[in-house]
Amino acid sequence: MLDDMDGDRRGFLKCMAWAGTGALFAFNSGVASSMGLEGALAAPLKRTATKPFTFVQLSDSHIGFNKPPNADARATFREAIAKVKALPVQPDFIIHTGDVSQLSRDEEFDDAEQMLKAAGLPVFFVPGEHDMLDPDGGKAFLDRFGKGSKGAGWYSFDHRGVHFVALVNVADLKPGGMGNLGAEQLKWLAADLAGRPSSTPIVVFAHIPLWTVYAEWGWGTDDAEQALKLLARFGSVTVLNGHIHQITQKVEGRIAFHTARSTAFPQPAPGTAPSPGPLKVPADQLHGMLGITDAMFVRGHQPIALIDSTLTA
Amino acid sequence: MTRPFKLLTFQGAALVASALMMLTVSEMTRAAPPAAAVSIDNFTFKSPVVMVKPGTTVTWTNGDDIPHTVVSKDGLFKSKVLDTGDRFSFTFAKAGQFGYFCSLHPHMTGTIIVKA
Repeated sequence: MLDDMDGDRRGFLKCMAWAGTGALFAFNSGVASSMGLEGALAAPLKRTATKPFTFVQLSDSHIGFNKPPNADARATFREAIAKVKALPVQPDFIIHTGDVSQLSRDEEFDDAEQMLKAAGLPVFFVPGEHDMLDPDGGKAFLDRFGKGSKGAGWYSFDHRGVHFVALVNVADLKPGGMGNLGAEQLKWLAADLAGRPSSTPIVVFAHIPLWTVYAEWGWGTDDAEQALKLLARFGSVTVLNGHIHQITQKVEGRIAFHTARSTAFPQPAPGTAPSPGPLKVPADQLHGMLGITDAMFVRGHQPIALIDSTLTA
Repeated sequence: MTRPFKLLTFQGAALVASALMMLTVSEMTRAAPPAAAVSIDNFTFKSPVVMVKPGTTVTWTNGDDIPHTVVSKDGLFKSKVLDTGDRFSFTFAKAGQFGYFCSLHPHMTGTIIVKA
């Protein structure tokens, strides 16, 4: 069935609506389509020489957050990790796309680290703006979660032929601006990508979206365009972000963009509230608006299928 | 005999009272220099432009349930992170125009104009 997922652009556009529950999105050469989660799970993986693999994205755990609509962001993070452990196919690793903590406090980072240990998987982090609030502007986060990274915490690694790039767009933000990568990081990215064949699948992850979702709330990255130019020659690029606590996605050229749900609290859709503050949903609706993203990678075929699921199921 | 004594006492009391009053007035003057307040609500500085006289202490209070900061554009002042209900104050000694922003949500900006 994965073979059938090429070419239905109209189907993809239907999925551009804000936030879907349990939908699968497969991207191939800039054209994508979707099918229901049940169908996706039942679909046989295409036989390839190399074993496909999955990884999971967790985001915006905000450990320490304790206000409406979620009095205990630790508890919901623990539930998200339990959900990862219960996945039928265990992921090779987890990426956390930032705002691990609410206020960059040691005990918040400690608790997040301890809870993640229960998953028994490697975890790759990028900081969110909430992780930069110690007096040294991010040192507490980097000492713990950013060992071996460069600058404000950027790095790259390879896994089974896929090149993963972790970018930081929450450091040294400029008055009146949005997210920012900065000249030093862009220079590093150019050097990191140089010499890699265009056929290398690329996954980029960063906290704030690398495309402008809603400028009025600062939901974008001022100099993202320069990073995207460097990525444009690659055949398969997937950009995974957090920050806005809801699912959004779009495809531009051969770059597929996706934002994940938070494990702590939802935020309003762009412009639907006076501010991007927490959406104060009733207790019985909260778990349906929190979740994780499971990314399936099928080599040779080269779509990345992203399955978003909530904490209710 | 008792009468002048009483009178003296009254005068004494009046003196003490007026001295106390003077003291209180000067204490009040010292305790209440010019002040201004900026509240932070819905991811905005509610008074984006505030005009004050030199020597004014401006106090920002975060009314949001998300933390914010108050950081001057030219490095003059920088608050620690302000959680819900937390305050930050800065006294503007000299005249000038001082832009500031929230370093977490940099689209949030404001200006204090200090003019004699």
